[in-house]
Amino acid sequence: MVYKKSLGEKAFDVSNYVLLTLGTIVFLYPLWFVIISSFSSASAIASGSVTLWPQGFNIEAYERVFSDSNIWTAYSNTLIYVGAGTLINLLLTTLGAYPLSRRDLKGRNMIMLFIVFTMFFSGGLIPTYLNVRDLGLFDSRWALILPSAISAYNLIVMRTFFQSTIPDGLIESAKIEGASEYRILWNIILPLSMPVVAVMTLFYAVAHWNSWFDAMIYLQDRTLYPLQLILREILVQNKTNDMLGGVGSGDVVSIGETIKYATIVIATVPILIIYPFLQKYFAKGVMLGGVKE
Amino acid sequence: MSTNVADKKNPGKALPISKRSNRRMMFREIVKNRSLYIMLIPVILYFVLFQYKPMYGAIIAFKDFNPFVGVWDSKWVGFKHFEQFFESYYFWRILRNTILISLYQLIFAFPAAIILALLLNEVRSMVFKKVVQSISYLPHFISLVVVCGMIIDFLQPDGIINRMLLSVGLIEQPINFLIQSQWFRTIFVGSGIWQGVGWSSIIFLAALAGINPSLYEAAVVDGAGRWKQMWHITLPGLMPTIVILLIINIGNFMVVGFDKIILLYNPSTYETADVIGSFVFRRGIVEANYSFTAAVGLFNSVINFALLIIVNQIARKKAEASLW
Repeated sequence: MVYKKSLGEKAFDVSNYVLLTLGTIVFLYPLWFVIISSFSSASAIASGSVTLWPQGFNIEAYERVFSDSNIWTAYSNTLIYVGAGTLINLLLTTLGAYPLSRRDLKGRNMIMLFIVFTMFFSGGLIPTYLNVRDLGLFDSRWALILPSAISAYNLIVMRTFFQSTIPDGLIESAKIEGASEYRILWNIILPLSMPVVAVMTLFYAVAHWNSWFDAMIYLQDRTLYPLQLILREILVQNKTNDMLGGVGSGDVVSIGETIKYATIVIATVPILIIYPFLQKYFAKGVMLGGVKE
Repeated sequence: MSTNVADKKNPGKALPISKRSNRRMMFREIVKNRSLYIMLIPVILYFVLFQYKPMYGAIIAFKDFNPFVGVWDSKWVGFKHFEQFFESYYFWRILRNTILISLYQLIFAFPAAIILALLLNEVRSMVFKKVVQSISYLPHFISLVVVCGMIIDFLQPDGIINRMLLSVGLIEQPINFLIQSQWFRTIFVGSGIWQGVGWSSIIFLAALAGINPSLYEAAVVDGAGRWKQMWHITLPGLMPTIVILLIINIGNFMVVGFDKIILLYNPSTYETADVIGSFVFRRGIVEANYSFTAAVGLFNSVINFALLIIVNQIARKKAEASLW
């Protein structure tokens, strides 16, 4: 498209770049501010002199956070919930999506309706809560894994992917060769569906990583708490006492602040590290969901 | 379909298809695909146990739930809890807050994603576009608890936002944003845009990429400038996506992410912050008023469901786009 730009269009281009650059700063600066504050001295934060670079560089806050056993227990709990939870999510979602992607399955529309209905209507928070209690899952790790074992939305995305990318003939010929359905699923369908499996893993894992509400209502035992629940205590409810041992009372407030920043960094770094590697799947994932069924 | 199968298996023999043989065919189909049904068992079990059982449990909204005798044997009380809710002071407050917060999200957050997509679409430098895009998704991956922790920290009287406003002279005294109820909705919706605008723009960008480039070329030949192109080609090309997402948004109109509300509100902001979800959580789970809050929750679910069906019907008639 080569044509001479009018003055108005040049102005449009310039203001567009300026706007987007400003937007980018707004997206990034809060995160940058947290990072530089976590490396700054408590007094610099209290005086408000931290703006672009760390002031009074030190890592005391990190030492205090790292020496806190609560954080480590919670971290390993979260890894268990993300690992086991995502594995169960993937297994069950695949077991649902594959049969329902088969056009020769009798009753498939009825089963789909049965699943889709739950996306638009639910019993509500209280009956769900009482149900988990009745099932005896209170104060157990299963309470964070089983009630969210399948997302109907993800199941539909995966089914749509199977339906639209795997040719029926492939399944037919595998059956003629005598392959069982399990073999077909494991050896033919899944290897051809790695993009959707990657997206599902991403969605489920992020959901487990971020989840805190279920843990708050279902768990009493602090040794089972996931990281996000401990973060809530530190960041939202302002409980930094555990890590403030040996601090003079005048410094408690300001050191408490740096501890908060360090905690945010420690809890967010894993995501930021894997972020560039997963980037390419994001857009794909949203688009898979956009396929109308 | 079953007749075809029968004909193939018995060539030359015209079979009268009775109900019985039809049923036999069906049975044969099911046996043939039995492994598929076996795969579905745990899936169906999940939905029965964790989705449909709570729907049955929602009947405690019409009972005085007694945990010792269970859902079934608790005493029926009809619409008592609903009446109590509709007559209470809280009914209008949480209904108003839920509607207002949803409305602000629809007015500000929804168009923000479209505008971001349109701006990115006009960028010629691919590198710049890619960098801005990647950075704009980033907040979506930061956990809600951390985002709320940051909001609370930044909005303290001595926090960074107050310091900035003071230094440019917009205010003379620090504002205690989190305690003053008139700020809550702005904070909630504004931070929501920061969290989600990049991520929500992906779907619009994809729709933009799908617009036929020859339309633009033809427009240039006809002498249309960038604004005219945006107005006559880009926006119409986006319309189907906008309509579908609008349906979904309006269908979810009465659902406000109450987990974020719970993280950000406090008794001094309940007046503008408390929504149906947070009210159910506080009265139900914290204070154990199970039947009453189950009624409030059921009221909410029914309204949601009705809204979704109405909006979908309208969209199907007027815009020829619908969810089903």
